[in-house]
Amino acid sequence: MSLNELYREVILDHYRAPRHHEHLDSPDATAEGNNPLCGDEVTIELKLDGDVVSAIGAIGVGCSISQASASMMSEAITGKSRADIDELVRRFKVMMTIEESDDDIVDPDRPGAALGDLEALQGVRKFPVRIKCADLPWTTLTQALHST
Amino acid sequence: MTRIGQQSHLEIVTDLSHLRSDFPILDEKMNGHPLIYLDSAATSQKPAAVIEALDDYYRIGNANVHRGAYTLATEATERYEGARAGVAAFINADPDEVAFTRGTTSALNQIAYGWGLYNLRPGDRVLLTLMEHHANIVPWQLVSRHTGAELVYVPYTPDYALDLEALDELLDERVKIVGVSAMSNVLGTINPIRHIANAAHEMGSLVVVDAAQSVPHMPVDVKELDADFLAFSGHKMLGPTGIGVLYGKRELLEAMEPAEGGGEMISDVQLESSTWAAIPHKFEAGTPPIAGAIGLAAAVEYLEHVGMEKVRRHEIEITQYALERLGAIDELTIYGPPEVSRRGGAISFTLADIHPHDIATILDQRGVAIRAGHHCARPLARALNAPATARASFYLYNVLSDVDALVDGLHEAREIFGVA
Repeated sequence: MSLNELYREVILDHYRAPRHHEHLDSPDATAEGNNPLCGDEVTIELKLDGDVVSAIGAIGVGCSISQASASMMSEAITGKSRADIDELVRRFKVMMTIEESDDDIVDPDRPGAALGDLEALQGVRKFPVRIKCADLPWTTLTQALHST
Repeated sequence: MTRIGQQSHLEIVTDLSHLRSDFPILDEKMNGHPLIYLDSAATSQKPAAVIEALDDYYRIGNANVHRGAYTLATEATERYEGARAGVAAFINADPDEVAFTRGTTSALNQIAYGWGLYNLRPGDRVLLTLMEHHANIVPWQLVSRHTGAELVYVPYTPDYALDLEALDELLDERVKIVGVSAMSNVLGTINPIRHIANAAHEMGSLVVVDAAQSVPHMPVDVKELDADFLAFSGHKMLGPTGIGVLYGKRELLEAMEPAEGGGEMISDVQLESSTWAAIPHKFEAGTPPIAGAIGLAAAVEYLEHVGMEKVRRHEIEITQYALERLGAIDELTIYGPPEVSRRGGAISFTLADIHPHDIATILDQRGVAIRAGHHCARPLARALNAPATARASFYLYNVLSDVDALVDGLHEAREIFGVA
């Protein structure tokens, strides 16, 4: 295991300068997630334009992995439809070994392919206690989407 | 400015390094490095003497206590009650003032549900401190829902001492219980229990002491402290998990109701009601943690052999060294008293904008085990405005080079996160 695989430059960049780290005016959907064991907190706010997430606020405090994951996720889902987001969430969870792949779309050697920058979080898989940090924003996003 | 690889130039005066070979786990490797265990405030490691006492009990001494009419059961009962006598003597209590519990949390719940539930009334107050662990907060919250008593908190001063002036102001005739940690598991602060007990008693209040961090690390004498109730855990003092102690002054225990009912704790059972066994057995419903008690007694024997004064002196030295070395790291903030005379060996800190979990992960890759988080004291974490901190804590098996390894790891964390 290498710390360089975990703390990739792109992760530290998102940690230091989180994107979409602002509350939205009158969001259409909101969910709060926290990890009581470590105190990581993430709030996801969504603006919906029909079926499409037109804007997101991803606000939180916590470790580099949880906050970078929230920031990268916010970039990845903006402008996407619910169906596309569901697929992205699924691919992310497969990459993080949270869910098993039930088809052959996901390349087992490179499960993060097609996830863009998010592939940088693949190194977290080798640090099992940190997987829940990376997953927190995604679970919270799913809650927000299901609340509408 | 300290650098990676700097070695301690100090010699420790109270050298206990010869004890390290008594702890089998210290020979283990973690992530390819020798284990450097700096999380004894969470749980301590166990010497072979304790592991063997547990092993012996299960191999050759196992029987239920207080009920068998055969020799094996009599011997088990003798060992169990002998363990009680040993643990009681360790804190200068009488054996019947010591009830075995699952741990500190369970003991504090027994006090809240056995004393608080029956004695607190609407308008009464339970005075706690902002330094309390959740174990000395949540049981009182639960009981307050039934009694209508109010919880009030004593703050701490800017130099991380309990605010005794505020305590004086808050301590009035409405207060029936003062719940206080003898040593904070986050700040390390040692609180003046005797002073607090005197003030509480003058107002007619009882004092409940959470001694989970103090009994393992310094001499504790319940009579000297004049504590009414005191709770601690075996696993933080070289003993097994699942065993702890509820101490209470005899007359208080006699008047207190049991929080749990069942076998072993009764004198007689009728269809509608029952009478209780004498103290301490009325607080030990069901089969007790027999092996745990025997293991804890072995731990107490081990600590007495080393000497608690020596344990404390060693901890003062290692904490002093750690405070100096950590204090020399730029942008490192320590949450706790700077003077070792008024603190224990748990040091909570943050480093620049590096989250404590990231610090813990980086240290773990070097075999250094520390805790990161709110340490089961969220009200304190909020007051500190530090939702999470990293915490290194020491015990008698730690050596100065463990501190050096911690500091080296923190410098690596700075490099990875690009902290100049």
